[in-house]
Amino acid sequence: MSATVWIILAGAVATYLSRIGGHLVLSRFERIHPRVEAGLNAVPAAVLTTLVAPVATTGGPAEWAALIVAGIVALRGGLSAMFVAGAVVLIVLRNTL
Amino acid sequence: MSTAELTETQPDRRREFLDGMRYGLPVLLASMPFGLLFGALAAQNGMSVGEAVLMSATVFAGASQMVGLELFGQTIAPWLIVLSIFAVNFRHVLYSAALGRRVTHWTPFQRAFGFFFLTDPQYAEGEKKALNGGLSFAWFMGMATPIYIFWVVEAGIGAAFGNLVPNPHALGFDFLLPIYFLGLVMDFRKRPLWLPVVAISAAVSIAAFYLVGSPWHVSIGAAAGIALAAALTPAKRGASL
Repeated sequence: MSATVWIILAGAVATYLSRIGGHLVLSRFERIHPRVEAGLNAVPAAVLTTLVAPVATTGGPAEWAALIVAGIVALRGGLSAMFVAGAVVLIVLRNTL
Repeated sequence: MSTAELTETQPDRRREFLDGMRYGLPVLLASMPFGLLFGALAAQNGMSVGEAVLMSATVFAGASQMVGLELFGQTIAPWLIVLSIFAVNFRHVLYSAALGRRVTHWTPFQRAFGFFFLTDPQYAEGEKKALNGGLSFAWFMGMATPIYIFWVVEAGIGAAFGNLVPNPHALGFDFLLPIYFLGLVMDFRKRPLWLPVVAISAAVSIAAFYLVGSPWHVSIGAAAGIALAAALTPAKRGASL
């Protein structure tokens, strides 16, 4: 097997460990401290924010407009509606600005 | 499990599986450009169609696959590539810990198998489903199966036809993922402490992005938001801050 295949498989193992690891470690504790609970409740917003904010700083007017429009649509519509709205704004502005 | 037991619960499971599939559909559509883009970029980075498909099938984590591709193109030690993939995926440890509390009724095998499919949207929808009537293994796999199959097929199609995409930038390929992630962030806006958590995670991840570098801004920024939520919560029920 090529080096590429080995790296892919090692990456797959690392990824699987990240997906099963949190549960395996946490399930050893019988009771969860309120602060741990609050921290876990904050996980999705905290993590997903880091996948948006830094990238947004590297963008220009088209990217910012797309995020703003998508964010506003998200207040009213569902995920698909906001995604389509953001994508349309991005593509139109990138091709016109 | 006996055959009789299996037959008895079959219609329920089918209904749950089909209901899960409905939630998988928008994710499947939203991730389609990225699945194809991954295949296309893989081909441009010298991967074979088989290797691109293998990576999508075994890693099954878009952002880390993109990071892996970026590093494959450079002369970087293999362990460092694997470590970077792990760093991008470290957020799954948190998803896994959070969702583990919701699926204590699954068998150990179901957990070991199901958690392989724990992507960002899978976690987000699974968590919502768990709080809204309970999360069954059939529902979870109903959502995951179409997403997974399309993701793997897209890598193959993307790699085979990758070099034919005329202008990926004009189609917004590189920025569709952040828009989608923003939608997931907004989905959680009813959670306690949502605004301070998002604000601090945004500020710290931007600082880490420029001072420490990618992919560490993900773990560092998330840790800041989680720490803030923990710090703002009383240690004991009823205690004041």
